[in-house]
Amino acid sequence: MSGKIVLCRCEDVTLHDVEHAVARGYADLEEVKRYTGFGTGPCQGKECLGPIACALARLTGAAPSTIAPFTSRPPMQPTPLKLFAADPAAHHFADEEDAP
Amino acid sequence: MIDGDGDALEPDRGAVQATVSHEPLPASAEIVIIGAGVIGLSIAYQLARRGLTDVVVVDRGYLAEGASGRNGGGIRQQWSTAMNVRLMQRSVALCKEFATELGVNVWFRQGGYLFLARSRREVQRLEKNVDMQNALGVETRLIDAATAQDIVPELDPTGILAAAYNPSDGILFPWPFLWGYARRAAELGVRIHTHTPVTAIERGRPGFTIVTPRGRIAARRVVCAVGSWTPEVARMVGVEVPTWPIRHEICSSEPLKPFLRPMVAELASGLYCSQSMRGEIVGGVTLPGHGPDRSMASSLEFLATYARRLTRLMPVLRDVKILRAWAGPYDQSPDGNPILDHPPGLPDFFLACGFVGHGFMMAPVVGELYAEYLTGGERHELFAQSSLGRFHGASAADIAKEDFNLG
Repeated sequence: MSGKIVLCRCEDVTLHDVEHAVARGYADLEEVKRYTGFGTGPCQGKECLGPIACALARLTGAAPSTIAPFTSRPPMQPTPLKLFAADPAAHHFADEEDAP
Repeated sequence: MIDGDGDALEPDRGAVQATVSHEPLPASAEIVIIGAGVIGLSIAYQLARRGLTDVVVVDRGYLAEGASGRNGGGIRQQWSTAMNVRLMQRSVALCKEFATELGVNVWFRQGGYLFLARSRREVQRLEKNVDMQNALGVETRLIDAATAQDIVPELDPTGILAAAYNPSDGILFPWPFLWGYARRAAELGVRIHTHTPVTAIERGRPGFTIVTPRGRIAARRVVCAVGSWTPEVARMVGVEVPTWPIRHEICSSEPLKPFLRPMVAELASGLYCSQSMRGEIVGGVTLPGHGPDRSMASSLEFLATYARRLTRLMPVLRDVKILRAWAGPYDQSPDGNPILDHPPGLPDFFLACGFVGHGFMMAPVVGELYAEYLTGGERHELFAQSSLGRFHGASAADIAKEDFNLG
């Protein structure tokens, strides 16, 4: 139990995982995201981005103002396929009977 | 911890060797590889394995920033040209050994690839490919819709005329592949400098000087492995490369209990999807009518089209939630085949581009063949067939066009 600090609850990423990424040379937020998997779960970084950015500032000595958030990915929140499937933006292929 | 070298294996954190270097650039190298994507790193690792360790890899961004970090991780031997089938047979063999050899779990899973045909013409394409693949020793079978449904019970067989299934195709998780190549290459002496954009390449006698904001490197030879950015970099040495970027979108669902064994792909729409080892359904679809595009933006058109085709094919997924979507650049070549070897008149500058969205699966074998060639070994027939010169000479008609660049 001692010293285990979970920073990303969706993907179980700990402070130690972040330290390890930095030791490997993966020191910017996008690299740490990929190396640890933080921010790729259901919350898509909404919970963990701040704490991990703070940890990174401390570990690398970078000024917090220089750490930009990673690119946020659509959709805004987990969204069922059926809602997208009904959207008129969908391309219709030649094999679809109901193609316009 | 993805790379499995956390606490248990490395109790002394101080012993962790940095994979990517933040030290000053070296003044010179035998080979500078531009591009730390999977192609560049595979070549770097294979060179180092053969004892050529005076190699520097530079990249404008970070590992996995470009197409190598944005693809679906598919690895297949079902192709329409014999060359690509043979190459991918070797790539699959290398993927099987990757985790052991590189000490990283890439979550490689051979669940097969299932290609679905919805028209007579598509069936004929599959038939032709299956015969050729079988002759080369790939065990692809042409099956009917009912048999496809035995493999994936969630499929709606309506409108499916036939399918091609090869059980030894598979998927892997792309990111650890890069870290694995990079880490072992670095351990062998290769220096990898990310966040180091090349702004100019000066021609020397012999060799080149690679110019970056972080310094200059004198290189005897250069390998240009920058995917869809190749035209810009090649122009720095006066070479015109006729490839162009195509934005390709992809998305990932919430994790589900494992149910989907193969990668499923539809010829009619370019729809493909697989279930990753994390349980997510990862997939994409072809969006017709889009020209060259350097953007990596996501679109509602993509999510709507993908969702429409996927829920039509597997209605049971209707309530599954999409977690995130992203995009990456395919490096489209005029004939769908890669461009390798040195351009005419520039014997020390080597191209590795034009993989049309399939560079990831080709990288293991391309790295091996390139390293063999660059260390004085065999020049595989692939290089003669893939030269830039084919687009300018009479030999253009002799190149077998690859028409199985799906998704």
